[in-house]
Amino acid sequence: MISQLILNKVFVFPFILFSNKKLEAIVVVLPTHLFFSIKCLKTHINYRYTLLSCVSGVDFNSSTYRFAVVYDLISLDFNKRIRIKTFLKEGQLLDSITGIFVNANWWEREVWDFFGIFFNQNLDLRRILTDYGFEGFPMRKDFPLSGYFELSYNSNKKRVVSNLVELSQEHRLFNSESSI
Amino acid sequence: MKLKKKELTKSVKNFTINFGPQHPAAHGVLRLILELSGEIVEKADPHIGLLHRGTEKLIENKNFLQALPYFDRLDYVSMMAQEHTYSLAVETLSDLKVPERAKIIRVLFLEITRILNHLLAVGCHAMDVGAMTPFLWAFEEREKLMEFYERVSGARMHAAYIRPGGLYADIPLGFLDDLYLFIFQFNTRIDEIEEMLTSNRIWKERLVDIGVVSAKDALEWGFSGVMLRGSGIPWDLRKSQPYETYSSIKFKIPVGNSGDCYDRYIIRIEEMRQSLSIIEQCLSVIKEGPVKSNTCKQVSPSRIEIKNSMESVIHHFKYYSEGYSISAGETYTATEAPKGEFGVYLLSNGTEKPYRCKIKAPGFGHLQALSFMSVGHMVADVVTIIGTQDIVFGEIDR
Repeated sequence: MISQLILNKVFVFPFILFSNKKLEAIVVVLPTHLFFSIKCLKTHINYRYTLLSCVSGVDFNSSTYRFAVVYDLISLDFNKRIRIKTFLKEGQLLDSITGIFVNANWWEREVWDFFGIFFNQNLDLRRILTDYGFEGFPMRKDFPLSGYFELSYNSNKKRVVSNLVELSQEHRLFNSESSI
Repeated sequence: MKLKKKELTKSVKNFTINFGPQHPAAHGVLRLILELSGEIVEKADPHIGLLHRGTEKLIENKNFLQALPYFDRLDYVSMMAQEHTYSLAVETLSDLKVPERAKIIRVLFLEITRILNHLLAVGCHAMDVGAMTPFLWAFEEREKLMEFYERVSGARMHAAYIRPGGLYADIPLGFLDDLYLFIFQFNTRIDEIEEMLTSNRIWKERLVDIGVVSAKDALEWGFSGVMLRGSGIPWDLRKSQPYETYSSIKFKIPVGNSGDCYDRYIIRIEEMRQSLSIIEQCLSVIKEGPVKSNTCKQVSPSRIEIKNSMESVIHHFKYYSEGYSISAGETYTATEAPKGEFGVYLLSNGTEKPYRCKIKAPGFGHLQALSFMSVGHMVADVVTIIGTQDIVFGEIDR
């Protein structure tokens, strides 16, 4: 369906379209065009992607465009799914789509919390899943699996205190090259 | 001292209370900041993340097989539905074909899981609202269902039974007979629960016209599953984007018409009955056959093969130690979990570990609409709305 629409030049914004083995439609757009493209996909009579399924962030640690933000939309009318991807450099802002989908709010908060991607014009961009007062962005690839702080109960102080993580053995990642 | 007129009138501020995180009706660790005007909710701000375990981060550091048990521990009342979604995602990426028998057994367990989940949803909802008895009856039935889990996997809850490429093992002898006995008697159990609730005056007073969501709002808030169907949208991934053997099974999708908590309760009850019918259809078509794909690189060889060939021993060792690599690619696989659309966005970069595994939990999407659903209702109705959303914190906090 989507390839036909492209032939008819319904898409007016610059984009790249892929589809993988399972024929899932994937559209890559520039961050500046994201808001318009999603609005178009939601409201245009030929698409009607009226339900935002989820928003996920990806960290490609070493590449120039470090982050990807992925939006999954469903069109109930046409029984289709589409995935919009956009790539960002570190520190680059992205327009929030809370103006189009109300439920994007928590998903964007999650991406902000985990990856530190700032969403422009999201009025409620607080941290969501990490602890109160947490620092750092845990899903970034350069954030260690064990984290930096651990909590324990201190019976002298009669409260929970946070200390730097101390591991008796370094966390080991086994792969085909590592010796046992 | 003479009072000015301005000082004589007192301004009244809204009352803010903290609901949870250790409130039995908060279904786990939900901290809800409620802004009240009298007893009317003005604003509800859910604070989540108190059960955050970093599942997605952990999965990135495990190989594809080791990542599987984390899915049981997300929504810990519908375990197999989630490991199934993950298995489907891995199968999509690595082009694994699953044998017919495995597919049918998967459907059997998906529906057992659905009943398991809805029993808890209805039972706990009833208990939050004040009815104790259905809760106890529901748990009695859940116990029987978890025994089915135990018989196939050895674990009552965290089964790790559905695996990429098929199942962990075939079902034991006599299992299907007992399952038949179960579904034979379970209809009456649903009737009993319904007798207690469906026309109960208190139950109706607490549920009818509470938490009404229109079809438009349900779409706007990205609802799925029962929450979407309760608002009158006939959308079920088992029908619209069928997986496993659902395309050959006849079942109905119950749909509500007023979008309130009572409709959603009725839908859950009806879905349990539909699940029974699905199980019955599966029981009549299941045939003997393998339960694992025969690609030895991505599926562990059987015990007999290991005893007889060196090659299989090597495959077995490699499978459980190093794991297997999947060619680079990405997929978003979603299935109809009991709570709604459960999706896995899996990104592979050609190594034996997932590069990124994003979990789309249905509860996460539903909980953010709590504020919208509870505004204008009483505090006690917030509990009803949490119950109807079928919140489980394992999946929301991940």
